[in-house]
Amino acid sequence: MNKVTNRQAVCDILMTAALNDRNIVVLCSDSRGSASLKPFAEQYPEQFVEVGIAEQNLVSIAAGLAACGKKVIAASPASFLSTRSYEQVKIDVAYSRTNVILLGISGGISYGALGMTHHSAQDIAALAALPDMRVYLPSDRFQTAKLMEALLRDEKPAYVRVSRSAAEDIYDENLDFELDRSHILSEGPDATIVACGEMVPYAAKAAEILKEAGIRAGVIDMYCLKPLDEKAVLKAARRSRLIATAEEHSPYGGLGSLVAQALSAHCPKKLLAIALPDGHIIAGENKEVFAHYGMDAEGIAARVKQALTGV
Amino acid sequence: MDQLTRIAYKLRRDIIEMAHNSSAGHVGGDLSVIDILAVLYFDVMNVSPERVRDPDRDRFLLSKGHCAGALYCALGEKGFFDKQEALLTFGTFGTRFIGHPNTDVPGVEINSGSLGHGISVGVGMALAAKMDGRTYRTYVVLGDGEMAEGSNYEGMMAAGHYRLDNLCATVDCNRLQISGQTKNVMDSGSLADKFRDFGWNVIEVENGNNCSQLSKAYRRAGDCKGKPSAVIAYTLKGKGVSFMENQVSWHHGVMNDEQYRQAVRELSEVSLRETGAETCPKAGRFQNAPPDFFRVQSEVSLRETGAETCLKAGRFQNAPPELFRVQEELLT
Repeated sequence: MNKVTNRQAVCDILMTAALNDRNIVVLCSDSRGSASLKPFAEQYPEQFVEVGIAEQNLVSIAAGLAACGKKVIAASPASFLSTRSYEQVKIDVAYSRTNVILLGISGGISYGALGMTHHSAQDIAALAALPDMRVYLPSDRFQTAKLMEALLRDEKPAYVRVSRSAAEDIYDENLDFELDRSHILSEGPDATIVACGEMVPYAAKAAEILKEAGIRAGVIDMYCLKPLDEKAVLKAARRSRLIATAEEHSPYGGLGSLVAQALSAHCPKKLLAIALPDGHIIAGENKEVFAHYGMDAEGIAARVKQALTGV
Repeated sequence: MDQLTRIAYKLRRDIIEMAHNSSAGHVGGDLSVIDILAVLYFDVMNVSPERVRDPDRDRFLLSKGHCAGALYCALGEKGFFDKQEALLTFGTFGTRFIGHPNTDVPGVEINSGSLGHGISVGVGMALAAKMDGRTYRTYVVLGDGEMAEGSNYEGMMAAGHYRLDNLCATVDCNRLQISGQTKNVMDSGSLADKFRDFGWNVIEVENGNNCSQLSKAYRRAGDCKGKPSAVIAYTLKGKGVSFMENQVSWHHGVMNDEQYRQAVRELSEVSLRETGAETCPKAGRFQNAPPDFFRVQSEVSLRETGAETCLKAGRFQNAPPELFRVQEELLT
């Protein structure tokens, strides 16, 4: 079982990149520990800025640094980064096209029993609605590393959401990665489950469960939410009887909505959208919560089977 | 009249032109902030159109972005683009000269218009200078109504914490905002005390429309080490046009043709009086008036009346009688 979290994978990449690039600057809002960025702050104190508990300031300062040639990573809990500083993200990063990677840590319901204040179930919808903003939810540590390497090579705004706990490995170091695409893990004529972020391992397990029940389901790891890899979605839709989406997000404006938009425009198809409910999320560890809402592997498999067979 | 004041009055006439052409903009605030912009762009800041990408250029952020019209006039006068394009297309369909600063306009460093962002963005720019060992300075201009935005105080705190002596914020304190007097809409108390509490060097300018006082304030700010500086400039909204001065309705009022003519007349009178031209006009002839006077008057009046006129210094051919009447009134 992998113990390395995606946030640690981010820190490792930044540590390596900063060796040869003085322009990489990391900002935290009293969040260096929860972002796993303490090693970076210790090794590169001149390339690290502590902003204190002030997420709006975090994002605007990041934009100012970027406007003067810095490649900035602004890290803060996804809940606060995506909504409290939304105005600053909209104006100073997206509209101004500054070279800032917004790193939303402890995304989705990572904080579990801390409650609604700390959940970020709106971030895909909010960030994807901003022109010039790209949205990524990597699945495992290898993909997270490749994603960060790729984002450090370009100079455009991006939002990256990672979770708090370690995700199961899906790939390895040899992963062939391209920005703004998706990874097809498997193909299935009966159903294709399109998942993002740390729901991908659940989707992969669901496909295995379905296989045992005689249902051939494929899985797409849609790590890039915007721009969405529509080609992959449409290819799957032409091949599969059912498209399902699985995401740790509100049912509005997330992966399900984006996939539905692509399908309805180009290849109308029955869609099963699996997401968090539009309501206050029950307290608990994320595994418990996913099971409660039918979003764990068993839940996803059961809902896909039900959608296909009626039972 | 000193050179900076002369520039400020020229920019005021441009603001009036732009506002009248577009029936848009925030003319009251444009006129209160224009002396600050004139002093920064023509006396203090190390910026030029030839060096828009120079990493050592000073950075300017108009946090009170709704006064973009004034900024475009200053940038145009400085030569960043053809000012006539700004005067004629401001606020029109498809223009790059939109109502708030944007980076499609050369010389604009970052998009703004949503209030309360400038200090924090400026903190980032000032931090970048420190990290890179560069000596450029970052100037941010805010409005006093804008100081109700809480994000300003996050930025002030960080600037003080990091002792950013390469950052200078100016508050254009005209004491009016769209709904009335700032102290009645939301009283922010003593801004000077607030900046001081966050570790800033505070310089209050009694007459924020006086270029000489402003120049001195910015020199003092530049000399201050170990602290960011705040210039609190007490200005007059609508400064230079009698019927606009200190009138809240001119926050974003639109001039009718008569008001426009009066504004042009008043600003031209100031210019002529201040420049000391002793002029005895006869119809169509002006002696000893400064060339700029003729340029402005002719551009305004002739465009309005549609006359196709060939202008030479001091002579107007084919100009309509109305032009001469206005000119004569001005000079007698």
